[in-house]
Amino acid sequence: MHCSSSWLTRPFRERATQCFLGILLAALAVVTLFNLTLPAEHPLHVSTYTVTLLGKYLSYALLAVAVDLVWGYLGILSLGHGAFFALGGYAMGMYLMRQIGDRGTYGDPLLPDFMVFLDWDALPWYWLGFDMAWFAFLMVLLAPGLLALVFGFLAFRSRVTGVYLSIITQALTFALMLAFFRNEMGFGGNNGLTDFKELLGFDLRSDATRLGLFLATGMALAVGYVLCRAIVSSKLGRVCVATRDAEARTRFLGYRVERFQLFVFVVSAMLAGVAGALYVPQVGIINPSEFSPIFSIEIVLWVALGGRATLYGAVIGAILVNYAKTVFTGVMPDAWLFALGGMFVLVTVLLPKGIAGLLAYRLRRRRPPPSSSPEPTAPREASA
Amino acid sequence: MKIPPCLRWLLALCLLACLPLAVHAQAQAQAQDDTGQSLLASLDAASYARMDGAIEAIVASGDERSRGWLEALLGGKLQRHKETGRFVVVLENRGRNWPVVDALTGEALGEMSRRELDRIGINNALRGQLQSVLAVLDLRVDDVGARREAARDLLGRVDEAMVVPLQGLLEDEADAEVSRLLAQGLAIHRLEQGDAAAIESLAGSLNPEARAALSSAARSDDPALAEAASSALADIEQKLRLNSGLETLYFGLSLGSVLVLAAIGLAITFGVMGVINMAHGELMMLGAYTTWAMQQLLPGQSGLALVLSIPAGFLVAALAGIAIERGVIQFLKGRPLETLLATFGVSLILQQLVRTGISPLNRTVVSPEWMSGSLMINEGLSLTLNRLYVLGFALLVFAGLMLVMRRTRLGLEVRAVTQNRAMARSMGIRATRVDIMTFALGSGVAGLAGVALSQLTNVGPNLGQNYIIDSFMVVVFGGVGNLWGTLVAGLSLGVINQVLEPWAGAVLAKILVLVFIILFIQKRPRGLFPQKGRAAEG
Repeated sequence: MHCSSSWLTRPFRERATQCFLGILLAALAVVTLFNLTLPAEHPLHVSTYTVTLLGKYLSYALLAVAVDLVWGYLGILSLGHGAFFALGGYAMGMYLMRQIGDRGTYGDPLLPDFMVFLDWDALPWYWLGFDMAWFAFLMVLLAPGLLALVFGFLAFRSRVTGVYLSIITQALTFALMLAFFRNEMGFGGNNGLTDFKELLGFDLRSDATRLGLFLATGMALAVGYVLCRAIVSSKLGRVCVATRDAEARTRFLGYRVERFQLFVFVVSAMLAGVAGALYVPQVGIINPSEFSPIFSIEIVLWVALGGRATLYGAVIGAILVNYAKTVFTGVMPDAWLFALGGMFVLVTVLLPKGIAGLLAYRLRRRRPPPSSSPEPTAPREASA
Repeated sequence: MKIPPCLRWLLALCLLACLPLAVHAQAQAQAQDDTGQSLLASLDAASYARMDGAIEAIVASGDERSRGWLEALLGGKLQRHKETGRFVVVLENRGRNWPVVDALTGEALGEMSRRELDRIGINNALRGQLQSVLAVLDLRVDDVGARREAARDLLGRVDEAMVVPLQGLLEDEADAEVSRLLAQGLAIHRLEQGDAAAIESLAGSLNPEARAALSSAARSDDPALAEAASSALADIEQKLRLNSGLETLYFGLSLGSVLVLAAIGLAITFGVMGVINMAHGELMMLGAYTTWAMQQLLPGQSGLALVLSIPAGFLVAALAGIAIERGVIQFLKGRPLETLLATFGVSLILQQLVRTGISPLNRTVVSPEWMSGSLMINEGLSLTLNRLYVLGFALLVFAGLMLVMRRTRLGLEVRAVTQNRAMARSMGIRATRVDIMTFALGSGVAGLAGVALSQLTNVGPNLGQNYIIDSFMVVVFGGVGNLWGTLVAGLSLGVINQVLEPWAGAVLAKILVLVFIILFIQKRPRGLFPQKGRAAEG
């Protein structure tokens, strides 16, 4: 097989990808059209507030796709993907902070408000360069990528797997949360980075910019999805699935399992970073709570609810759960944790393949051909 | 009322017999009042220069009211009524009318206008003298505790006028602690006068006053004195360092004991069933809330409530554990990652249950009297009792669990299932029953940890969350399925945390510990005490 020519085009020949991209692009077009052309009184009008909310859901969906890539296809339950998301977000936030310039409350041309407040007289070295968009956008990829590289190298090399790895990733994001809460770190401490003004010269509060950000997030999701699909349907993806189902056996077959794991883990972290970078200008703030372990574990729930190892399931799960969260926290905030906890229990016990599994089951009953996506099997107890 | 005649006679006789006694008592009180009146009158009449004589006369009289007078005099509250000449003590000199009591009889005289009263004034020299006189007076009381307190207060405040009376007191003193403190107080005074011999009796003292005197002596012009003082000071510094080291160790062990309590239940369930129970922290929370509920049931008997909540907390958490095992975990056999997620959901539900059912705010759990206070080792080191109890409790729980695992049928079965589930089942062990019992045991221990924690921290819905990551770290560090590993890992992580804390700050210390564990896993992926042989192939 000529992998070099076909690995990128192969996803487009898959039915699932075609369906997913079709629905996503149609949804983007409909939202844009309804937002721009219909008057505000019209019942089908999509307000800018809703557009931003949808944009937030889409950035979460991209994050969920990143988690599904490592959990669904590699068997690594990362409870620390929130950290990569937040690092990407912070990189973007730092750029946006520098863009404020002298329009902050204290009017300092160089230092962000919180540094003036802390009586700092110079910019810390790691803030240098963030006034340039290209550097900041590079850091959106590099910061989470480097962390994942170092962490993954250490973890996979010594064959930390299963629940051990989950716990360690949780400790990672917990440690980062504690660190970012400190004012001395120079990332705004408890309050984080906020009060942004403009991105690449566009006013962040204008309706057009918000619609643009929504569309950009949608496109990022499409690209991320195709990239992940390309990875999992390539030969590399086959090795990943083999690793997930029988790590020791794959190793004995001669594959350097830890290299595959490391590569996919870093790609996933970078995708999470991009999601974070798109999330921050839309919600207008980034603070250490994105590092909290509960957020990371919530991401896993999105994937579990949607159905792991399908990629599109992660998108469905992320949008559904976050829509439910928006509704619940508005109507009865107390009940949200009950609902969330209940979902964790019900999905894992009753719906192990998620909504995607349910859909596939329905489709299969209607027509016989076998589905193309590999399904996760229970890890064998004998594999060390 | 009818009294027989003979009795009436008897009564009359008794009354007659008592009469002289009553008269005598009245006369005595009168006489005492007279001496008191004259003492106060001479105090009032004396000029500032003569007043010390009048004060000494009051002290020499040995009158039990003299302390109250002198204290009132020092506070400017000993006053004379302008018209009647009666001496009164003002209870509170604020506002226009002051509540007063009679200085001699102590009877309340209601309120008097400040204009009716005349203050007996003193000057600064007298104020200093009065303070030392009062201190010496306190050293004459019978209560040993009060004497020690007074002697401790005197350190660094001894002046020339007090030396003679204090030396007299020192000779008569029976209590060793009071004599030691008095001798130190005198030595500090002598050192301040430039007496190098005094350094010897101050050597090794941990009292801050003694240290202050020594360090000022170390800066003196006399080279011999300065050298002797600084060498004594160096000794003291070393002793202090040892003390603070011991204190850090104690706090570390205390934190470690909490970690061990929190982690040991987790280690059992994780080791036996390969199941990560994310709701473990919430089971601890249930234990802590059981203590709170017990105290609400038995108001005013916090000690009894605490003792009763040890079995109650165990039961509540164990029952909740069984419910989790039967309701969720049994359906997720062989899928550890899913179990982790499901139990996390349970933990969210339990937290929210407490928030809506009881309150989102922290509840106060009272510490019984025998647990508050501290154990004083020396002047620079005292150990808080509640932490000591928790440390002891953790060791007890550990020993108990060890016994259960090593000496009971259940322990034998648990170990068999841990090592080889299939083989154990074919030998007739009912593995499902063992699972339930193990989970109940581990959860019950979490309940015990909660009871202990209620004595150290706030009892609130977030109590469990704060400990869950730490306890996982302990299990991972110590090695799964090994109780000794959990003990060693918990205690050492506690100590490491406390050692790093003064150097790096609390948050950074925690981060460093987490990083340390992540790196440690590199070297030993299966913890400090890994399972060996076939059991490791889990």
